Amino acid sequence: MVFPDRIERTIELAHPPGQVWAALTTAEGLGTWFGNEATIDLRPGGLARMSWAGGPTVEMRVERMEEPTVFGFTWPIYGLPDDDPRRTYVEFTLEPVGAGTRLTVVESGFAQLPDDAYGKAYDGNTEGWARELSELVDYLDAV
Amino acid sequence: MPSDAEAIAEQVFAALADPSRRAILAELASAGPATATDLAARLPITRQAIAKHLALLAEAGLVTAEPGERRRVRYRLHSAPMQVAQQFLAALVRDWDGPLWALQKHLDGPARGPGTIPSHET
Repeated sequence: MVFPDRIERTIELAHPPGQVWAALTTAEGLGTWFGNEATIDLRPGGLARMSWAGGPTVEMRVERMEEPTVFGFTWPIYGLPDDDPRRTYVEFTLEPVGAGTRLTVVESGFAQLPDDAYGKAYDGNTEGWARELSELVDYLDAV
Repeated sequence: MPSDAEAIAEQVFAALADPSRRAILAELASAGPATATDLAARLPITRQAIAKHLALLAEAGLVTAEPGERRRVRYRLHSAPMQVAQQFLAALVRDWDGPLWALQKHLDGPARGPGTIPSHET
């Protein structure tokens, strides 16, 4: 069985890269076509937040910014616990074509493994709960 | 023990393909660690079949065996492989076509519509 590590899409837009760049990298743009509301601190390492009405809020970290050709960010992998360090990397590439723009989006990192799939992070978690529960039992026994 | 993401995910999906194993995993997830005898009492599956499924699940790393009371082996859900499988599901669930279509509409006209959620929908 073969699972995708990366997803890639390319679309041709009738608008010049500058305009597409603004749609991708400003709070106003992101909050209009992507989410319902957005904030962004547009610099490598800066944080962006996007939320959907009645839905979740997603936090992104700006990783690459080469105006107006490359915009990259990382965000959490859907379905994994909040404290999971794994994130996918999303990169938009803008290429002028005539008066318009060829926009490519690549999201990669779906198939990455945790540092140790069977390791301490997870065992620590379950052990943590077992310990908490046994401490509770001890506490109740002592009362 | 499988070492790459795909092999781990494959074992998760193979385990989940069987209704009895799904029932066992669901029971361990909702009610916590249990012995084969506990599970046989709670599920409409024979103790023999449960033991066989638990062995397979342990082999796949989906449950871990631990000493329980009266020297019975207790089984506990081990979620790490599920989280690996979940990454693959995340790739299949991710929808870029919707947002890119919305971007195109956004650039084309002043009409403002709410964006679609790429895969973070609940």
